[in-house]
Formats: sequence, C-alpha cells, structure tokens
Amino acid sequence: MKLRIRREALAQIQAHGERAYPEEGAGFLLGVDNGEKTVMHILALPNAREDGARHNRYLITPEDYLHAELEAERLGVSLVGVFHSHPDHPNQPSEFDREWAQPYFSYVITSVEKGRAVESRSWLLKEDRSQFEEEKIEIL
Amino acid sequence: MSILKIPTPLRSYTDGRAEVTVNGGTVASALSSLIEQHPALKPHLFNEQGELRAFVNLFLGEHNIKDLQGLDTPLSENDRLILIPSIAGG
Repeated sequence: MKLRIRREALAQIQAHGERAYPEEGAGFLLGVDNGEKTVMHILALPNAREDGARHNRYLITPEDYLHAELEAERLGVSLVGVFHSHPDHPNQPSEFDREWAQPYFSYVITSVEKGRAVESRSWLLKEDRSQFEEEKIEIL
Repeated sequence: MSILKIPTPLRSYTDGRAEVTVNGGTVASALSSLIEQHPALKPHLFNEQGELRAFVNLFLGEHNIKDLQGLDTPLSENDRLILIPSIAGG
C-alpha cells in the first residue's frame, strides 16, 4: 500500500497543522485513484469541535463534507482521504480515530511538536475495522 | 422507490455508483434495502449492537432525519435521501 502525494500538497498539510497548533487542524485529500491514490490538492477546513476539545479532537461537519465533494467534482478529481494533526502527540491513529474512520479513505496524520510540523504518516482502516494499517507515503 | 446518495468512501461497496435505488416506506427500510443489495456496507454503517454508527448522517432534502422522525421518517416515491459521514477523530 502506498499513497502518492504532491510535495506542495504535503507542505500545505503541514503548514495547516502548524497554523492550527495547539489545536488539531484537519481537511480533505483530493486526487485520483487509478488503483493507487495520488493526492493532488488539499482542502483545509475549520475544526468544528467545541472550545476546549479542539486540542485533541477534530470534526468536519456534514455541510463541509458536501462542500468538499462539490469542490472535488469542480476540480475533476475525487476525495481520497482526510488529514489531521496531532499537537504534541505521535502521528499514530488513536482509538477515537479508528471508531470514526471511514473505509477507503487514507488518513494522513502529522505530528506537530511545539508548533512545528515534524512528520506525516498515512493510515488505512482495515476492512474489519479492527485497526489501521500504515501505507507508505511517496512524495512527488 | 427512493434514491439514496452514497458518499465517496462507501462507493467501493456500491460498484462505484454514487446513487442506489432503494425500496421502503421509511428511512430504516431504505437502509435495509441498501444493505440487502450491498451487504459489505453493513459494518461501516451499523455497530456491533445493530445501531447506526455515530458518524452516519442522513438528510432528506435539507433536513437531517434526527430533526424529523429518525429512522422512522417516512419516505415518499422519488424522495432523495443523502448519506453524509461526519468526519472526526482525535
């Protein structure tokens, strides 16, 4: 398993994580899937969780989800995943991430330590929803 | 028969289709019709207790069914039901 991602898109993901710090920042990965996903654009969105919860939780509303689907359509691509940051926390999915995960989507998690993005890793939910499996990120 | 719109991450279970025609006079029976046609979707929509997963939102027009009659919300012929996931994590 591999997720191909444009260098510029990855830089935008990491910059969004730094801007959102010390809260979590999130958004969608837009691209194509020809048997292997390629992320071409990102769509950063507001974290809709309430004050006091955004340091370790994120939420994208149904309205913003619909907006993202329309934006992907407009660009002639599709939604291929979600990205979010873990402020001062490793870039591994939490149990809460697993419970709320969608199948098929790639989940790119960026660790942001003291306001600086350190590293991004990508994860895919197993079909039986029991856990995530890591997919290698290939930067284009 | 009603139309159920499927979000991108679930389309791999509906042969890539963005819309599925479903039978049933309520949202609950429409979901049963969807699962009957595409059984592999079930664990992603319902938890082990058979309850709708927390991230599943269903809109009838602009109205979330939670603000109508929930799963008992009646459907009319040609209604369009939209399935939208809440995207969340921690």
